[in-house]
Amino acid sequence: MSNSTIVLPIIFQFVAGTILLFFWRKISVQKVLSILFSTLGLGISVWLFLLVWEHGILVTQSGDWKAPFGISFVADIFGVTMVLLSSIAGLAVSIFSAGSMRRERLEFGFFPILHLLIMGLQGAFLTGDIFNLYVWFEVVIISSFVLLTLGGKKQQLEGALKYVSLNLLASSLFLIGIGFIYGLTGSLNMADVAIKLDSLQNRGLVSVTSGIFLVAFGIKSAIFPMYFWLPASYHTPPPAVSAIFAGLLTKLGIYAMLRTFTLMFGGDEFMGDIMVILAALTILSGGLGALLKQNMGKIFGYLIVCHIGFLIAGLGMYTELAIMGTVFYLIHDIIVKTNLFMVSGLILKINGTQDIRQLGGMYKNYPLLSLLMAIPLFSLVGIPPLSGFWAKIFLIQAGLDTKEYVLIGFIVLGSFLTLWVIARLWGEVFWKNSTDLPKKADGLYFPQMSKIDQWLMVFPIVLLSGISLYIGFGAENIILLSQRISLELMDPSGYIEAVLGLKTINP
Amino acid sequence: MKSLIFKTASTYLLPLLLLFSIFILLRGHYLPGGGFVGGLIAAIAFLIHSFAFGLKETQSIIKINPGYLMPIGLVFAIGAAIAPFFIGAPILKGLWFEEPFKFIGMVGSALFFDIGVYLVVIGATLTIMFSITDTV
Repeated sequence: MSNSTIVLPIIFQFVAGTILLFFWRKISVQKVLSILFSTLGLGISVWLFLLVWEHGILVTQSGDWKAPFGISFVADIFGVTMVLLSSIAGLAVSIFSAGSMRRERLEFGFFPILHLLIMGLQGAFLTGDIFNLYVWFEVVIISSFVLLTLGGKKQQLEGALKYVSLNLLASSLFLIGIGFIYGLTGSLNMADVAIKLDSLQNRGLVSVTSGIFLVAFGIKSAIFPMYFWLPASYHTPPPAVSAIFAGLLTKLGIYAMLRTFTLMFGGDEFMGDIMVILAALTILSGGLGALLKQNMGKIFGYLIVCHIGFLIAGLGMYTELAIMGTVFYLIHDIIVKTNLFMVSGLILKINGTQDIRQLGGMYKNYPLLSLLMAIPLFSLVGIPPLSGFWAKIFLIQAGLDTKEYVLIGFIVLGSFLTLWVIARLWGEVFWKNSTDLPKKADGLYFPQMSKIDQWLMVFPIVLLSGISLYIGFGAENIILLSQRISLELMDPSGYIEAVLGLKTINP
Repeated sequence: MKSLIFKTASTYLLPLLLLFSIFILLRGHYLPGGGFVGGLIAAIAFLIHSFAFGLKETQSIIKINPGYLMPIGLVFAIGAAIAPFFIGAPILKGLWFEEPFKFIGMVGSALFFDIGVYLVVIGATLTIMFSITDTV
């Protein structure tokens, strides 16, 4: 069905970023406006979600150019769910950074860029054109460069250099892949490409193309041999920035993978086997890396890599149940990972360090906050009935169906490693007796902050923890949602019909 | 720069180049030209002036901080993009006035998009160049 209002979330974030640019250097105005816009943006995303939930896939052809020629925007249930999640994470980070970020970082356009980043993400989730997807990727990457380097500390620039070089490499590979697609089919509209690739004789070339896409998205989402940039860069910017990166940027790669490998290269068995192997190795290397590190930011960075493995595993098995598990895990992971980095930011604000050997006594000094922080930490491990548990159940069940017993072993191992890491972290940071930490002279610590700023830091953690709890306890609704998404992904004919405006023949 | 020839020439070049940039901007839709090139030419006009007379003098001509040209340009572009919304068409559809205007020709929403690009390019280029000149 055609509906031109589905691009509203993208336009709204663009307008928000533009309006914020007018208040350059007026930080307090920007803070209030950014939180307001993020809330309104969340409202728009909820509205769009409900609209698509009720009416099915909605499509608009920008510029009124008909489908295979112009750029289509498609709001299917997967896309709008991602838009909704990115709005939630955006709101949380907007509030958190208003409370926690230093003035000299905010002065150079942090908030406008944050909104443009969210715009890029939502554009990527809603577009139906592979080249347009690339453009949105670039919007996201350029915004993230700025966010990563704001403040310009030496360590930050070092991290940013690794991030930039590898991501540019991934972008060029992605572009080469698009070139292959265009050469093979003469089209860039994903639905159109899906039809034309299906009838192509030269299967070898299609496999090569999908391999290029796997590498390109693999670098962006940090899967096994290409993950090194992530733990090297994610702990360098302020926690508010890391939070949005952790929650959404790597997941954008996963989204693109889920979209292209179900719609365009659906059911390629060879690629599935490769993905299963990569998933197992990603889980192993991420988990082991997290065990070794002492800096909380680095530990969480490796845990991101570890859990990307779970997501790839589901895509590799490629059954309805596996995709459903992946989608459920994706929903859970975006919320929890965003929350984790905010938790690490709060701990940093309280103690002035992220080194878990020096930290301690959190539970004794801040019992309520510790209880709050326990929710995302234990959700991550997947202690039933918290949110991570359900997704893993589906993944393991799908593994039993497809007889991928080795992969199940790795998934269990990954959960075990996560449990070990989090238990160690809990023991060191929360239960161990506190030591006297050297105070930094220029640092503003949590107890000295104003009441409003304290609440601005705690509230988003409460918000996301609440959502995490909902995903765990209201799992039936999320299961229903992920079931519908996996049905749509596994059978893309509805998507293709909606985009190209083909009439279905009902007997 | 202290050269008298350069100073005298740049006073004439500034209005000429600005007019030329607007000509390029208007020429854009069907012929080579458009907002990006036009914006660059206009930025060059101000740059030459600032080389000849110094940064302060040029800033006093421009009056507003060139950084603000970026959001103003974005407002034009957004306006052009979402105008079709209000008549129920998909975004970015080209809307045109029925009659051509004198001297300008046919005017459509694409022109406003180009004006937006023009302003953003001037704003971005001048901000970059001025901050470099400021620190050197």
